Order: sequence, then C-alpha cells, then structure tokens
Amino acid sequence: MAKDAMTGYEPLTSIEAITAGLGTAGYISTAQISTAVYLAHGLRKPILIEGPAGVGKTDLAASLGRWLDLPIIRLQCYEGLDEGKALYEWKYGKQLLYTQILKEKLNELIGEADNLSKSLGKLADFEDLFFSPQFLEARPLLHAMQQDSGSILLIDEIDKSDEAFEAFLLEVLSDYQVSVPEIGTIRAKVPPIVILTSNNVRELGDALKRRCLHLHIGFPDHVREQRIVRARVDGISDTLLNQLVRFVQSVREADIKKRPSIAETVDWARTLLLLHSGSLDEQFVRDTLNVLLKHESDIAAISPQIPKMVREAIGTDPGGRTASGYPDIG
Amino acid sequence: MERQISNFIRALRSADVKVSTGEALDAARTVAMIGYGDRALLKDSLACVLAKSEAEKDMHDKLFELYFTAGSKRSKQSQSEEAEEGSEDAESGGQDAADAAEQMISLTQPGNEQALATAVERAAEAAGLNDIRFSTQTAYYAQQMVRAMGGEALQARLLEALQRSGAGADADAQRMIDARRALTLAARERAERAFEVFGAGETEKFRDDVAATKRLTALEAHDMARMKLLIAKIARRLAVKHSRRRKKTSRGILDVRRTMRANAGYDGVPFNVIWRQKKKDRPKIVAICDVSGSVAAYVRFLLLLLYSLKEVIPDLHAYAFSYRLGDVSDILEQNEFDGAMKKILREFGLGSTSYGQAWSDFKTDHETVIDRRTTLLVLGDGRSNYGDPRLDLFSGFAGRAKQTIWLNPEGPGLWGTGDSVIPRYAPYCKQMSHVATLKDLERALDEILTSYS
Repeated sequence: MAKDAMTGYEPLTSIEAITAGLGTAGYISTAQISTAVYLAHGLRKPILIEGPAGVGKTDLAASLGRWLDLPIIRLQCYEGLDEGKALYEWKYGKQLLYTQILKEKLNELIGEADNLSKSLGKLADFEDLFFSPQFLEARPLLHAMQQDSGSILLIDEIDKSDEAFEAFLLEVLSDYQVSVPEIGTIRAKVPPIVILTSNNVRELGDALKRRCLHLHIGFPDHVREQRIVRARVDGISDTLLNQLVRFVQSVREADIKKRPSIAETVDWARTLLLLHSGSLDEQFVRDTLNVLLKHESDIAAISPQIPKMVREAIGTDPGGRTASGYPDIG
Repeated sequence: MERQISNFIRALRSADVKVSTGEALDAARTVAMIGYGDRALLKDSLACVLAKSEAEKDMHDKLFELYFTAGSKRSKQSQSEEAEEGSEDAESGGQDAADAAEQMISLTQPGNEQALATAVERAAEAAGLNDIRFSTQTAYYAQQMVRAMGGEALQARLLEALQRSGAGADADAQRMIDARRALTLAARERAERAFEVFGAGETEKFRDDVAATKRLTALEAHDMARMKLLIAKIARRLAVKHSRRRKKTSRGILDVRRTMRANAGYDGVPFNVIWRQKKKDRPKIVAICDVSGSVAAYVRFLLLLLYSLKEVIPDLHAYAFSYRLGDVSDILEQNEFDGAMKKILREFGLGSTSYGQAWSDFKTDHETVIDRRTTLLVLGDGRSNYGDPRLDLFSGFAGRAKQTIWLNPEGPGLWGTGDSVIPRYAPYCKQMSHVATLKDLERALDEILTSYS
C-alpha cells in the first residue's frame, strides 16, 4: 500500500502483519483493531477510537509508533485549546529580539531611501522576512505534517475540546494540509496516521465522525486480558494470572460505578506480585481491592461478594466454571 | 459487486444509520482493498467505515448478518457452476414451456438446494425485491418471484395434467402442486428476509411519526413501549443539540486585563489579543405539574422527557400537586419510572385541584429553589375549581425566575371557559403553549434549552 519508498509505513502490509507487529511492541491487538489500522493506512483516514478509560486507546498510538519506529506526536485536548496551541504560532519574542538587534541595520537601509513611499516599500520587504518559516513555531498538528517519513499523530481526548476546535480540525484531517496566511499552504509530504481518542464526555459532531473510521474498544475478554497482563507484568505465575483475570472479569459484571479497566488489572497484578502472593486469597483481595476499584461505594458493593468471587476465580466453587475451563496462555 | 454494497448501504440508511455519500465511497474503496473473500474481515471493515457509534455498530452487525446470508449462499457456489446455470437458463428460454416447468420441478427436489437458492436470488433481482417497504408486500413480491422463475409455465402444465386422466397424470399433477408450493415458500422466505433488511426500518419510522403526532391522551397501552423508545430518541436529539458549546466568545469586546497580563512578556505590546468571554448558564428547571386526572397523562411524558435529559439539565426539580403539593424529585430518581408515576399519583393525585393551595404550599416550602437562572415550567390546564388562583404568589415566583413557561394540554379555544383561569396567569408567563403531542413537548423543551445558549 505504501506509495513512497521513503515512508515508514511499509510494515502495514496485511492485517496479520499488523497484529504481529503490534505484538512485538507489547500491544495485544484484536482483529477489529488491526483492521482499523490497516484501513486507516489504506484509505488515508483518521481513526476515532471510543471506549471506556484505560482500555488502551492511547496505548495503541504509542505502540504503533514504537513498532514502526516513527515519531509519536501527541496533542492533548482540553477546553479552550485553540489554533495557536495546536497548529502554529509566530515566535513573537524572537521576532522582537531580531528587530531590536537589526535596528541599526534597518535604519541604515531605510535611511537610504529618499522618500517615504520607498522606505515603506522596503519595510514591507522586511515584514515578509520576519514572517518566514524561520520564525514559525510548529505546534503538534503542523509538526506532524512536517515529518518526512510519516508519523503517528495522536489527538487525545478530542471530546474535551470545544466545538470550534473540532470544526477547525476538519480541514487538517481531510486534506492533511494547513494554511498559514503569511506563508501559504503547508501540505504533508507523507500524511501522518491520525488517531483520535474520545471518552464520550460529549457527543462529537457528525462532520468529524464522518471523516474518521470508527473503532470501539471495549473491555477485553478473558484470553486477551491474560495475554495483556502477561506482556506487561514480568514473572507472574500462570495460576495467579488465570485467577486474577477471572476475578476482575467477574467484578466487571457487577453493578458498580467505575468498572476496572486493563490498566487497573495490570496495576493489581503488579501489586499482588509485589506482595509475593502465588494465588488469590480472600485476605489479599480485601487488602488490595483499592487498587482495582477507585470509588468507596464500589468497594463497599463488592466487599460482601469477595468470598464467593474468590472461590469462583480459584475454581473450587462447584457451581462455577473450573480453572481448566479457560485455555492457558503458555 | 458494487450493487451489493450500495444496496447494503440503503438497508443501513432505512434502519436509521446515517451513511453519507462520502462514507459510501469509503465503503466501496474498502471493499476494493480487502475483497469479499473473508466474511469476518468484511464485517469488521464495514463496521469501521460505516457505523459511527455503538448503537450504529449493533445495527450494522445485525443487518450485515441478515443481508450477507442472503448473498453468501450464492457466493459459496463456484463461479463456473454459476456460469453453467446461466447458459442453461438461456437455453431453456428458447425451449418450450414443458422443459421450463420440468426444470422448476427439479429445483425443488432434494439435493438441488444450491440451484434453488440461485434461482430464488435471480428471481428476487428480477422482481425488484429490494424495493420492499411494508410487511404486507411480502405476498405480492413472493408472487412476482414465482412468476419470474417461470410459474406460468408450471401452471399451464398443471392444468393440462389435471385435464388428462389416469394414475400417471394424477401423480404428475401432485408433483407439480408440491413443486409450486415449495417454490412459493422459498420465495416468501426470501421476501420476508428482504423486508427485514430494507423495510423494517421504514415501517418503524412511519409508526414513530404517527406516535409522535398523536394526542398523548389518545395513546393506548401497546403504544407505551414505542413511546419510551421515542422519548429516548428525542432526549438524545435534544441532548446532542444542547450539550455542546458552553462558552461564547463575543468578538468585539476586548478583555483589557487578560490581554495586558498575557502580553507582559512582550513589554506590554499587545500581540495576543484576548476577547471577553461570556460563560453560559447551565439550564436549571423547576417543573410544577398538575397531576389531576385529565392532565396526568401529559405529566407522565413531560417528566419522562425531563428525566431523560438529566445529561443537559443537571439541575432539575419536579413538584406534583392536585390539592397538596410536594417534591417528587426523589421518587423519580429512586424508582423505576412506571412505579414512580404510580407512587406520585397515589400520593398527590387525590383531591380536587387547587392552584391557590399548590402555590401557597410551594411558597412556604420550596420557593428558594427558584433563582434568576431557573426556568419555571408549569404543566396544567389551569382549572382551579373556582378557587382563588393566588395570582399574588404566582407573580412572585415568575418574578424570581429567569422565565416562566406554561404548558397547557387544552387547546387555546378552551382557555378561559368554565373554571379555567389560564388567561389570568398568562401575563406572568413568557410563553403559554398548547402541548398535545410529543412533538409539541419536544418543541417546548427545545425552546427552553435554547434560551440558555
């Protein structure tokens, strides 16, 4: 698919290659995720990723960058973010400083002109000098356009930005070009792979959604979560891994405010490993539940169910599924 | 092959998944990129390109299964086999009707399922089955399909066989009757599937339109489930429209202080000009609802709609009265909606309506919830059983609030007749609207929310 031998996107040849490649960067992909990446490259469209916090939306961009060895350019959105912070700015300070330093020189040059209109004309020439790429401070969007061998542009939490900014993004995302009035249009030689993430704080506009591929990443299933934890936490035993993932999965099914995401599972696995626990036990779970659940009311809601959940997770509960019911990842 | 995708997109559109032309083009490019070979891959890819929210994804997956099962039977067949079939068909066109009928019978024999499916697909194409809109059309389309498969020839042969006598002729006739029944059944099944793909969405939309413009009191029990979905849809629409844009930059008024501070680094030369911003208020609504018999049906929908809008109206208080007035916010928040309505009616629905009493109850216990950002929303018919309307109190509330809006289920022609005191309240209200349908309710709430932007 790569049109130019110079781009860094060559490895994106097939969906299998993407899954394997992301694997080498420590990201356990799914068919949907790899398909989205493949299409994003093939159709030259941004991916809009939605899903609960902590399921690896941002991490996909980071892993993609690591694997392809491309720069990851991140734009964190927040209310009040404007073009000046996202696209480019003039280096006012530098311009000011240069005018000061060159004052004498300027005086000389302008002084030579014998009438006012001539000196004005000369002055106009200098103005162009001061509004040249030299004085242009590239912000993330422009910076991503300037990468010669491609880049990963991560626009994080787009739902936190204003509607106006969203509208402004449309131009950048559909044509991969930005216009700077004083200089002209800057077009990306190699369009970046753009990844937008949203936590659904507000509904995004239709226009933006239409320009993007849409990918929803939900909570992982048992097998995938095991693989993720294994990739992230060194030296965890199979027994503990299997049990703790099963426990987390059952916690997710409970009626709680904030369901634990992968990030929390990984933290919890690290915690348990640090405490040298070889397998789940009720006391350990009770002591470390605050790593997994971040709301007081959630902890209170889960606490009475801990004995049952732990029993089920260990596999001794006659009614529950046995430990061998899930494939072990070797 | 392009047709297959464009028809699929039509099916999506009829099911309320918004697919723009640009997205349709993307879908075609996607298919060109990955092909039809891998079904799971095709599904993931099209979901990625065409469906832009979780709800749309679900709908897409459902339709994909329906739509591409119809096609997959065909694609399973090898290309050469299909070509063979085609030439056979062409030949049979030239041959006499007897052979065509014989061929139709052979289609229904066990072992020929593949050929039957192909013939049905072809007939569906010929009959224009994808234009199906209503379930009542399935019979018609099935008939058209049987005809396209050569039903007339079969019919002619059948008649002929029935006229002949003898055991052989009887068996022949029976064979043909069975064959025709099998073909009709296959065509019908295909037509029903097509209706589910292309028509179901349209019919739903039609029913939704009817429900939205129907008088709320005229609704019957079986409409209730639909109304709930419809209200959720309306709430979603209003929320999308009003949850965006909380700040307004009014270009033109310079914010001198912030500009000076921002440019201190440039020796006070104003490179960065900062304009004054006006923060917009979050909507705050105090709803006072008359829950006496005639109005209760409307209250139910108003409250359902208001509570579905929690996202955009974080500050919402609801009060109910007929004789006595009380706060029902807690009841509504803690109970499932139908249960909550029953509870409210049991607690506040008794006694003859008295607006005066309600205002004085509100004055003593709750008046302080109204501030200058509040919209006071009254739902009632203003029939106070000839009691004192207590205009003094009502004008006080109206004065405290940002705006007062009265929703009246009675038409303007009845205002002021009998014990209606609506005209006396009218001067204190910014607006006095007649709400009879869900559309009216939506419009009224839209206006209220717009007043906060």
